[in-house]
Amino acid sequence: MSHINLDTLYRQVIMDHYKHPRNRGTFDDDSLTVEMNNPTCGDRIFLQFKLDGDIVKDVKFTGEGCSISLASASMMTQAIKGKKIEESIKLSKLFSDMMLGKEVDIDEFGLEDIEALQGVSNFPARIKCATLAWKAMEKVNKE
Amino acid sequence: MDARAIREQFPILDQEVNGHPLVYLDSSASSQKPLQVIEAVDHYYRTTNSNVHRGVHTLGSRATDLYEGAREKVRRFINAKSTAEIIFNRGATTAINIVAQSYGLANVTKEDEIVITPMEHHSNIIPWQQVAKITGATLKYIPLQEDGTISLDDVRKTVTSNTKIVAIAHISNVLGTINPIKEITKIAHENGAVIVVDGAQSAPHLQVDVQDLDCDFYTFSGHKMCAPTGIGVLYGKQALLEKMEPVEFGGEMIDIVDMYESTWKELPWKFEGGTPIIASAVGLGAAIDFLTDLGMDNIVQHEEKLAAYALERLSEIEGLTIYGPKKRAALVTFNLDDVHPHDVSTVLDTEGIAIRAGHHCAQLLMKWLNTSATARASMYLYNTEDDIDRLVAGLLKTKEYFGNVAY
Repeated sequence: MSHINLDTLYRQVIMDHYKHPRNRGTFDDDSLTVEMNNPTCGDRIFLQFKLDGDIVKDVKFTGEGCSISLASASMMTQAIKGKKIEESIKLSKLFSDMMLGKEVDIDEFGLEDIEALQGVSNFPARIKCATLAWKAMEKVNKE
Repeated sequence: MDARAIREQFPILDQEVNGHPLVYLDSSASSQKPLQVIEAVDHYYRTTNSNVHRGVHTLGSRATDLYEGAREKVRRFINAKSTAEIIFNRGATTAINIVAQSYGLANVTKEDEIVITPMEHHSNIIPWQQVAKITGATLKYIPLQEDGTISLDDVRKTVTSNTKIVAIAHISNVLGTINPIKEITKIAHENGAVIVVDGAQSAPHLQVDVQDLDCDFYTFSGHKMCAPTGIGVLYGKQALLEKMEPVEFGGEMIDIVDMYESTWKELPWKFEGGTPIIASAVGLGAAIDFLTDLGMDNIVQHEEKLAAYALERLSEIEGLTIYGPKKRAALVTFNLDDVHPHDVSTVLDTEGIAIRAGHHCAQLLMKWLNTSATARASMYLYNTEDDIDRLVAGLLKTKEYFGNVAY
């Protein structure tokens, strides 16, 4: 038996998002695109946004990465759809706090699935995988 | 060579990680250190520590003797003609940058070419990209064969009379390819070019003879060969180093300082501005003693057997792709179908097995392999066939785990 339980990391719901990602793809137009790499491991994420003023009307992602980074990207797109950019960025901070093992109110995400990523905080080497898509999303503010 | 007995000299290996005895298969990233090295550094700080080449007190001259003694050990280790050719610095990256910024910028013009390969570590790509950018020179790549080796015909086609520098790894940190440096050096020299060899992956594992290779520059890092971090070596032929300007200026590297002009110390010190990395150099000396006592030939034999065993065992795993040639150094880079290398590495970590996952500072090679990341198990003198068996068991568990949880 391992001291660290793998099942706390690879929860069923994470693997579901990994294998069946939500909002994966691109819009066939020149929608606002942001991109972010994790230069230490080679993971890449591209996000495309359809904005209505400061509201995220729709968002899609593509990229290469591990189960944690892609599942997190999938959940992130679900969580921010319909939200204001400012709110989305607040959620990203909340997500970072969750990764640091802080107590956070999961309900704020409005997406139950995200709770499954809480286990990543026990795997310090994988936190950057989980936060990649969220950090990329924060860049939309600067675009 | 008795790897089990050797293992006992590495205290770090005697521990459990995540409830399992540690299997360390990441020596290409950084090797572990034997007691002999740890104690040499400890002893230096307890008994000898002071600055070198200055002052007249006893500790100062003892420290200088140890530091310069380490230089002589390095000279013997790679069979350089003179200690004037052995420059201590931070590691292979720094060493290559010194050659690029000093020799490169002074000798390369926009009509010239610099030749490298797609299998280089970033540390042997970016310094040359920078030289090419600044000078306007052309950066050319020797193509790779399908199995990740280099053919001498391709070297002859790529290196021309306009080539000023050929820079190449002795051993690829991803493919494990062992490049024919002696032959490539000959081609470089026939075309009037110098050759810079990145020896980060070879100096720890092969008997290196810079005079036999006839290479102009050879660089390596101590921490990959049982020595502490922060110490590395630039070997250069004396005639070349004499003509080169230092890239770091300050204390330690000067001869006479005037208000508007100064002169440099003789080799090798003119390239060692500032207080050197004394304790780590002492540690490198101890590491060389350790390796030499074991015998580089014995290490080569041990690793060849391990590499063959690892290749054989890993090939038995269905859905596992191995990258690189059959004849290789003691490392195996691979991917497991449908499981990202990070996930492979995490599962193995819970079994106490340390491997590397990612792009291995070789993004060009990842593109060539048509993948974004790979997993790599790299071995050294303390690894045994048991370690490979544990790796194989861990990989089977990974497959099973992701097979169950994935759908």
